[in-house]
Amino acid sequence: MSQTNIYDSRGLARVLDTAAAWTLAVLWALPLLYAVWTAFHPSEFSTRFTLAAPLTLDNFRAAWDAAPFARYLVNTVLLVTLVLSGQLVLCTLAAYAFAKYDFPGKGILFALVLMQLMIMPDVLVVENYRTMSAIGVLDSTLAIGLPYMASAFGIFLLRQTFKSIPKELDEAAAVEGASTLQILWKVYVPLGKPVYLAYALVSVSYHWNNFLWPLIVTNTTNSRPLTVGLQVFSSTEQGVDWSIITAATLMTSGPLLIGFLLFQRQFVQSFMRAGIK
Amino acid sequence: MTGFRKTCTLAAAALLSLTLLAGTALAEKVNLTFYFPVSVGGPITKIVEGMTEQFMKEHPDIQVTPVYAGIYRETLTKALTALRGGEPPHVAVLLSTDMYTLIDEDAVVAYDDILKPEEMGFTKAYFPGFMRNSQTGGKTWGIPFQRSTIVMYWNKEAFKAAGLDPEKGPANWNELVEMGKKLTVRDASGKVTQWGVAIPSTGYAYWMFQALAIQNGVELMNAEGTKTYFDAPKAVEALQFLVDLAYKHEVSPKGTIDWATTPRDFFERKSAIMWTTTGNLTNVRTNAPFPFGVGMLPASARPGSPTGGGNFYIFKKATPAERKAAVTFVQWMTSADRAAQWGIDTGYVAVRPDAWETPAMKDYVAKFPVAAVARDQLAHAVPELSTHDNQRVTKALDDAIQAAVTGSKKPADALKDAQKEAERILRRYGK
Amino acid sequence: MPPAFRNPATMRTIHAWLLLLPALAFIAAFTHYPAVNTFIHSFFLDGRGGAPAQFVGLEHYQYLLEDEVFRKALVNNLLFASGTIPLSIGLAMTMAFLVNAGLAGQSVLRLCYFVPTVLPMIAVANIWLFFYTPEYGLLEQIRGALGLAGVNWLGSESTALPCVIAVAVWKDAGFFMIFYLAALQQIPPSLGEAAMLEGASRLYYYRRVVIPLLMPTTLFVLVNATINAFRMVDHLFVLTQGGPNNASSLLLYYIYEVSFKYWDTGYGAALTMVLLGFLALASIGQFGFLDRKVHYR
Repeated sequence: MSQTNIYDSRGLARVLDTAAAWTLAVLWALPLLYAVWTAFHPSEFSTRFTLAAPLTLDNFRAAWDAAPFARYLVNTVLLVTLVLSGQLVLCTLAAYAFAKYDFPGKGILFALVLMQLMIMPDVLVVENYRTMSAIGVLDSTLAIGLPYMASAFGIFLLRQTFKSIPKELDEAAAVEGASTLQILWKVYVPLGKPVYLAYALVSVSYHWNNFLWPLIVTNTTNSRPLTVGLQVFSSTEQGVDWSIITAATLMTSGPLLIGFLLFQRQFVQSFMRAGIK
Repeated sequence: MTGFRKTCTLAAAALLSLTLLAGTALAEKVNLTFYFPVSVGGPITKIVEGMTEQFMKEHPDIQVTPVYAGIYRETLTKALTALRGGEPPHVAVLLSTDMYTLIDEDAVVAYDDILKPEEMGFTKAYFPGFMRNSQTGGKTWGIPFQRSTIVMYWNKEAFKAAGLDPEKGPANWNELVEMGKKLTVRDASGKVTQWGVAIPSTGYAYWMFQALAIQNGVELMNAEGTKTYFDAPKAVEALQFLVDLAYKHEVSPKGTIDWATTPRDFFERKSAIMWTTTGNLTNVRTNAPFPFGVGMLPASARPGSPTGGGNFYIFKKATPAERKAAVTFVQWMTSADRAAQWGIDTGYVAVRPDAWETPAMKDYVAKFPVAAVARDQLAHAVPELSTHDNQRVTKALDDAIQAAVTGSKKPADALKDAQKEAERILRRYGK
Repeated sequence: MPPAFRNPATMRTIHAWLLLLPALAFIAAFTHYPAVNTFIHSFFLDGRGGAPAQFVGLEHYQYLLEDEVFRKALVNNLLFASGTIPLSIGLAMTMAFLVNAGLAGQSVLRLCYFVPTVLPMIAVANIWLFFYTPEYGLLEQIRGALGLAGVNWLGSESTALPCVIAVAVWKDAGFFMIFYLAALQQIPPSLGEAAMLEGASRLYYYRRVVIPLLMPTTLFVLVNATINAFRMVDHLFVLTQGGPNNASSLLLYYIYEVSFKYWDTGYGAALTMVLLGFLALASIGQFGFLDRKVHYR
C-alpha cells in the first residue's frame, strides 16, 4: 500500500528513523499495555511489574458486578447507531444540495452550516440542556444524540466528494427518468462509499468516547453510555483501584479496539481514497 | 326544583365516593423512585437492590425503583437536573451538607411536614452527632443513612520499624509531628521512600481542613449556614499546621496530596499514617498487605472530626401518599438491623446506637474492634461544613487550601481570599 | 400549476431547500438557537427554587473582570491551546512520515499511534493518573531508577497544566496522523524523483515540497486541533478537577462547574460567550491567514 519513495531514508538515517518510530509507538501504546497488564493481574501488581505475577480474571468479574456495564454497552451501541444513521441521511441530502444546486442564498447558508465546525454542540451544553428539558427528552439516548444529528463536518466532506462527481453521470440518469432522490441514491451514494466509511469511523469513535454532554444530559442507567458509566464507577470516595478500572476500560473499549484491529487496513485506505485533506 | 337539586346532590355524592374509591385503589400501589450514590467499591448496587427487594416483599403496596446515580456530587447534580426537568426522584440519598442547597432549590420537604408531631419521635433514635446537620430551623430535613467521619489509619509494621508502639497512634498534633519524623524514611541519597503522614488535599480538601480547624478549637460556619469563619486566627493556625507538615517538619509530601490515590499510597507503604473517611475501612481491611491500626484523629485544643456522608431526603414533588410511603421506606432502610448490616457491608458508621447492640454488629465488632473507633469519635464530632450555595463555598475553601499547600499563597492570605469569596456568595442569604 | 412552479430555476431552488431543510433545522435548533440564547441568558440571574430569572444587565460580564478563577482558566486555556496545537500537529506529521517511510512493521506502528483515538479519554485518564502518581507512579519509577528527585506532577501548580497538555497531545496526534497519511499517499513518487534529479537534499525536499503540499491537510487539522483545545476537558474530571488551586482548569470545565455544580447558568452563559468569542476569533484568523497560503477548493 505504501509507495516506495526515493527520499526514504537509508543507512544510518534509516536506523534512526526506525528507532524514533518505535520509541513513539511504545510511548503511544503504553497506556494500553499498562491496562492489559493491570487488568489481568491481582491488585498488588498494578504498580509493580514482575514476570512472576500470577494471571487472573477476577478484576473483570469484580468490574462486571460493580456496575451494569452490559446496559451501558447497549446504550452506547444504540447511541452511535442513532447518531450515525441520522448524520448519514441528513448530511447526504444537504451535501447534495450544496454540491449540485445553484440557488439564491447558497453562500450564506453554507457559511451558517460551517459555523457549526467551530461552535460545536459540546460548548453549548447549558442551552442545549435547557432545550432537552423543554421538549421533555432528558435522560434518553435521543437527547444525547439530537445535537449531533446534523454535522457540518459531514456535510462539508460529502459536498467535496459530490462536487468531484462529473455532471454527465446524473444527466445520463435523468434522461432515463430517475428522480433527484433516485440519482442521489443510485449514483452519488455508491461513488461516495469510501468517504462514508471514513466518516462513519470518525463519527463512531467520537460518539463512543464522548463524555461531557452525556454526563450532563443523562441521569440514570436507562440512558447512561459507557463513558459516563466508567467515570461514575471509577470515582468513588474510596479512591482509585486501577485493577478494576483497567478491566472495565478493556471490557468497554474492547469492541471498538477489535473493530479497528480487524478493519484498520480498510479504514486507512478509505481515508486515502476519500481524499480527505 | 328541589327534586333536581336532590338528584344533583346524589350524583355529586356518588361521584365523590367513586373518586375516593378510585383514590384508595390507586393508593394501594405507590411507586417510588430512589436515587442512591455509590461511594465505596464492591457490589454496592447489588446490596441496595437486595435491600429494596426485601422491603417490597414486606410492603407489597409500595414499589421502589432504585436508581444508581453516581457519586455524591453527581447524585445531587442528577437529582437537581431531574427536578428542573420536572421529574425528580421521590427519595434520594444525598450529602448531609446539601441540605441548604436542597431547601433553597425548594426541592425537598421536611419530615415534620409529612408526619404528625407525635410521629417525629423516631428521629431521636439516631446519633445526635449525625442529626446536627440533618436539621435546621427546627425541622428535620434528612435522615442519616451512610454516614462517616474522618479517622486515622496507620501501618503497624512501619511503626515497629521506627521503634514506635504499633498499638498507639499519635494522640495530639505534637505527637503527630514527632512520630511523623520517625516514620519518614529517606534513602542514602536523601530521597524519601516513606512519608510519615498523608492528609489528602484534593477531592475533599475542605473536609480534612475542617478536622484540623475543629481540633484547633474553631468552627468554620454558623448553624444557619449563612456565615463562614475561614479567616479566624485559629483556622489560619490550622492551615499553617497542615502546610508545616510538608514544608517545615518535612513529614508529608509537598504540593497537593490526591484523595483518590491516598489509600493506595498507604498500601504501597509510601505513607505510614493516613487520614481518610471511615468509609475506607473495608477497603483497607481487604487491601492493606500489613497489620494496620485505626484511631481517632489527634487533638490540638480538643479532639474532633467533622461528620460526613449521606442522608435520606424526600422530594417535595411527591404526592402525600408517595411522601408517606417514602417515610416508611426511609424508616425501614435505617432501622437498627438494616443500619447494622449496611455498616458491616460498606464500612460506614451505623447511624443509631441500637444498631450497635444488634447481635450481627456485636459479632462484627468482636472480630474487628477498630470498626467502633468512628462510633466512639462521634462524641467529639462536629457537623461537616455546610452553607447555602454549598458547592461554591467549599470550592472557595478548597482553592485556598490548595494554594497554601502548593506554596503559592500564605495560609492567612489564602483564607482571607476564601472568606471574601464566601461572603460574596452568601450575601444574598446573610441576615 | 402556478406559473412560478413551472419555472425550472424556481423548481431547483425549492428542491435545494427541501434537501437542506432537515439538516438546517437541526443545526439551527442545536447550534444557532442555543448560541443566541446563551447571549440573552448572559444578562440574567437565575431564580432559585423556581423563581423567575432576573435581568441584571452587564453584571455577569463585570464579574468576569474580577473573577480570579475565570482569569486563570482563560490563561490556562490559551497555554493549553498553544501547547497542544503545535505539538499534536508536529507529532502527527512526524508519525505520518515515519509510517509512510516503508519501515519494518509499519502496520503495527500505525496501530500503536492510533490506539488513543479508540480509548475513551475518561478511562485512559485513570491510567495517566497512575503514570503521574508521586513515589510509585510509572514516571516516578523511571525517574527513581535514574536517581532523580521525586516530583508531585499533578499536585504542583507549575506541572499540573503541562501534564494535562501531554495527555491531550497523546490523545490527538494519532488521529491527526491518519489525515496526513492519506494526503502523503497522494503525493506522486515522480515528484521526489524530479527533486532528486535537481539535487535537492532530503531536508529540502520535505521542507520545500512535501510540507507545502500538505498545507490543505494542515489547515483542516489546525481547525480540528483548535476546536479540541477548547473542547477537551474530559481528562480534567479524573486527573486534577482543575486543581491544584485552578492551576489546570480550562474554560469549558469552569463553565461546567458554574452551570451544573453551582447552578449559576446566567454566569455560565457569560463564560460561554467568551469561549464562543475565542472560537470565532480563531476561525476568522485561521481562514484569513491561511487562505492566502493555501489553494483550497
